[in-house]
Amino acid sequence: MAWEQAVSDFDPVLGLEVHVELSTQTKMFCGCPTEFGAAPNTQTCPTCLALPGALPVVNAVAVESAVRLGLALNCSIASWCRFARKNYFYPDMPKNYQISQYDEPIAFGGWLDVEVPTSTGGRIHRIEIERAHMEEDTGKSSHVGGQTGRIHGADYSLVDYNRAGIPLIEVVTKPIEGLGEMAPDVARAFVAELRALVVSLGISDAHMHQGSLRCDVNLSLRQSPSHDFGTRSETKNVNSLRSVSRAVRYEMQRQGARLKAGERIVQETRHWHEDTGITTSGRSKEQAEDYRYFPEPDLVPLAPDADWVEALRAALPELPAARRRRLAAQWGLSDLELTAVLNADALDVIEATVADGASPASARKWWLGELARLANERDVDLGHLGIFPADVARVIALVDAGTLTDTMARQVVDGVLAGEGSPDDVVAGRGLEVVGDDATLQAAIDDAVAANPDVVDKIRSGKVSASGVIVGAVMKATRGQADAARVRELLMARLEISP
Amino acid sequence: MTDLTRMTAARLADVVAGGQASAVEVTQAHLDRITAVDHDVHAFLHVDTDGALAAAAAVDTARARDGRSGLGPLAGVPLALKDVLAMEGVPTTCGSRILEGWLPAYDATVTRRLKDAGVVILGKTNMDEFAMGSSTEHSAFGPTHNPWDLSRIPGGSGGGSAAAVAAFEAPLAIGTDTGGSIRQPAAVTGTVGIKPTYGGVSRYGLVALASSLDQAGPCARNVLDAALLHAVIAGHDPLDSTSIDRPVPAVVEAARHGDVRGMRVGVVRELTGDGYQPGVQQRFDEAVVLLQELGAQVVEVSCPHFPYALAAYYLILPSECSSNLAKFDGMRFGLRVGDDGTRSVEEVMGRTRASGFGEEAIRRIMLGTYALSAGYYDAFYGSAQKVRTLVTGDFAAAFEQVDVLVSPTAPTTAFKLGEKLDDPLAMYLNDVATIPANLAGTPGLSLPVGLAPEDGLPVGLQVMAPVLADDRLYRVGAALEAALLDRWGAPILDGAPTL
Repeated sequence: MAWEQAVSDFDPVLGLEVHVELSTQTKMFCGCPTEFGAAPNTQTCPTCLALPGALPVVNAVAVESAVRLGLALNCSIASWCRFARKNYFYPDMPKNYQISQYDEPIAFGGWLDVEVPTSTGGRIHRIEIERAHMEEDTGKSSHVGGQTGRIHGADYSLVDYNRAGIPLIEVVTKPIEGLGEMAPDVARAFVAELRALVVSLGISDAHMHQGSLRCDVNLSLRQSPSHDFGTRSETKNVNSLRSVSRAVRYEMQRQGARLKAGERIVQETRHWHEDTGITTSGRSKEQAEDYRYFPEPDLVPLAPDADWVEALRAALPELPAARRRRLAAQWGLSDLELTAVLNADALDVIEATVADGASPASARKWWLGELARLANERDVDLGHLGIFPADVARVIALVDAGTLTDTMARQVVDGVLAGEGSPDDVVAGRGLEVVGDDATLQAAIDDAVAANPDVVDKIRSGKVSASGVIVGAVMKATRGQADAARVRELLMARLEISP
Repeated sequence: MTDLTRMTAARLADVVAGGQASAVEVTQAHLDRITAVDHDVHAFLHVDTDGALAAAAAVDTARARDGRSGLGPLAGVPLALKDVLAMEGVPTTCGSRILEGWLPAYDATVTRRLKDAGVVILGKTNMDEFAMGSSTEHSAFGPTHNPWDLSRIPGGSGGGSAAAVAAFEAPLAIGTDTGGSIRQPAAVTGTVGIKPTYGGVSRYGLVALASSLDQAGPCARNVLDAALLHAVIAGHDPLDSTSIDRPVPAVVEAARHGDVRGMRVGVVRELTGDGYQPGVQQRFDEAVVLLQELGAQVVEVSCPHFPYALAAYYLILPSECSSNLAKFDGMRFGLRVGDDGTRSVEEVMGRTRASGFGEEAIRRIMLGTYALSAGYYDAFYGSAQKVRTLVTGDFAAAFEQVDVLVSPTAPTTAFKLGEKLDDPLAMYLNDVATIPANLAGTPGLSLPVGLAPEDGLPVGLQVMAPVLADDRLYRVGAALEAALLDRWGAPILDGAPTL
């Protein structure tokens, strides 16, 4: 179903569950290290392998992280809560139950404001948080042989338990209603904001591509806000911000088409496919998985001390929303300008560049312009482009001082990225310097005018924009080391045209 | 010198420390005794001859080097370890086929503490599969026979540990008690067994039956030996979150100074009369009179919710065990059945569990799976937890009036092998008097108070104390034991038939 029709015929109800993998030194219930990428099954012990008799012990740092995230999400912190066992059989789950929290989460009843860009500037949506609870990750299965890399048709399967027992916090929203066509953007903005939040708290790397932040999208449609909620699907494996909005959009269209055709929506888990941009059916939840939750008897209840919680609250860092407001004010940004910065994920680098002496306007121009283009070309984040904010600040300073033209500055950036050293090294190494004396420029202009009589005629007849050809020729002749504005001035003077 | 196998543990430790016999000689004497009688008794599933002699030799070396001062109070004393506790490199089966071939890569904390104390572990003792039973007939490796009458059961689940002690194969043993598995075997074999306060002894490495009920404890032929062993294994363990971080009660001191003068002793009204074998009731009543003669104030106390304890226990235990036993799936250790390259992982798990678990284990897994299922949870598990709270309240109210509670340990003397095997409910009733202490986490002791006139078999009396008042058990037990010894002229086991 076309997107426009889905939006006009149905009202979406959205629910998001985000798993945040904590960057603690050790696992949730044992002392094994948590580093990503180690050789399979080298970060395991009797507890995370579920060998008979081994017992879990709660990681205090993980609890602290959960409380801090709960506070940052404006949640209440439980004065007493327990872990629970979620029972189901799967080989990547060593105990065949997961230690999680069920009806007694450590944090509950909060909210997170997210800002979604619109044509008239940002609009703030308050997303209600149902709960944030602690649990452990599973191991990782890989299926060898067969066509699909999936379990069906595989010759055999391997399990790596390095990830088993890594601490997770699951953040669950309340049903988000009334979004209409904004649903995909709000979903994306929520995950982005939550990601920024956990990064600012320093509790997770939040690398979606490595799975350290994973999103499940619950979505249902109904005819109008006055109708009851429809049957929902739960889409898993949504592992990039872009995919979050795409998955919401796809599910709205898929479900809309089914409902329009008089079919019903099956309550099921669906898998998101990044490559094809569609979801496919996983297991149906109608033969309901009964997890037989009950309080985990191997662990004692948690009773976070109220003074400790207040101390953690007082020590929270500046959170992303506040920081954005502060920087936007300091830099004099409009809502739209701020949105552009955020969409480019450029807040950190711009802030660092300004701290190294650049003006906010120049820093923003460079990071959102030339540097964003280069990052896009190389398919990397701005932060991983390979040029430090201090280098960018130096380039800007050289331009401001008139030592470099913009064109030359871009060459300096290229040089830095090519490993030629600092901006000053590149300037020296490549012999970049503005051609400052008018006599040299006049000579080049004379040559260009002589070579392009037709262009000169056009300019004289009032087509001033044609002067670009002459200016370009002069720039070429000076190997880009002329100040284009000065060249234009001199050209107009020579042709006796007043600017 | 008298037969080393007839000595108490305290005396053996003294003999080794004083050099009258080496630890190797003591160990060899017990290994010889095992060779002589275990064919009939079948207390052991595995005898670790080499390991035991090596451990004994290490004690002798330490004594030769440092003299007696460096030796712990039980150094060089042999012990039989229930096969539910992990011991590095030594088969640990829990009486189940499903763990056949598994060699733990680590020691349980209890095992580690015994080794550190120089206690010589002779081997692993027989038990009902995963500690489910009251007769040791549910062992996958055949039953253990009661040394008093080889045609009778030695109690369970720790029948192997109790029988090993009663048959003079070991002066000490470790049992585990989830609903009476230390105390009931002690009662029917004429030995002493203690279930410490829940959390008093680490459960790390104890293969869990029901995590909230399981507790390891000492088995011995007299109260002082039990206390010495209790002191070695007890104490806080950071690897077990449910372990109590408090000083160990002064159990050895209490066992050395048995005294009930001025003590208030409560006879639990609900644990006498109907359902108790006349000879059991008679010996119990006589012991109560003796306590009075020794200076105790005896009163009758009502614990009105104890009659519901058994039913609650048979919901809580199966619930926890259905989850605890999920890890036995053939994936990482032990038995694997049906993995011929064509079957799915679910089929292999199913076949492994169907053939690896015995009838009683499957019965309890099924019971627990139902009890935890959606729609049944509140009625079954939820109600059972309420009863548990009420039973705990009964204890609290009773201990307002009295210092300790007493009852017969088990309703009958040892019954015939096979007699109750096909009647689970009759089997479950063996634990009616011991289960309340497991539900409440309170400590309990059983000691022999005579032979039932009708069958000449041992009768046990149970003493129960408040949480962390384990020392009271020993104070009462030692006083009663001394008075009975005066009366009898010899330890009760001297009257057992010669094997």
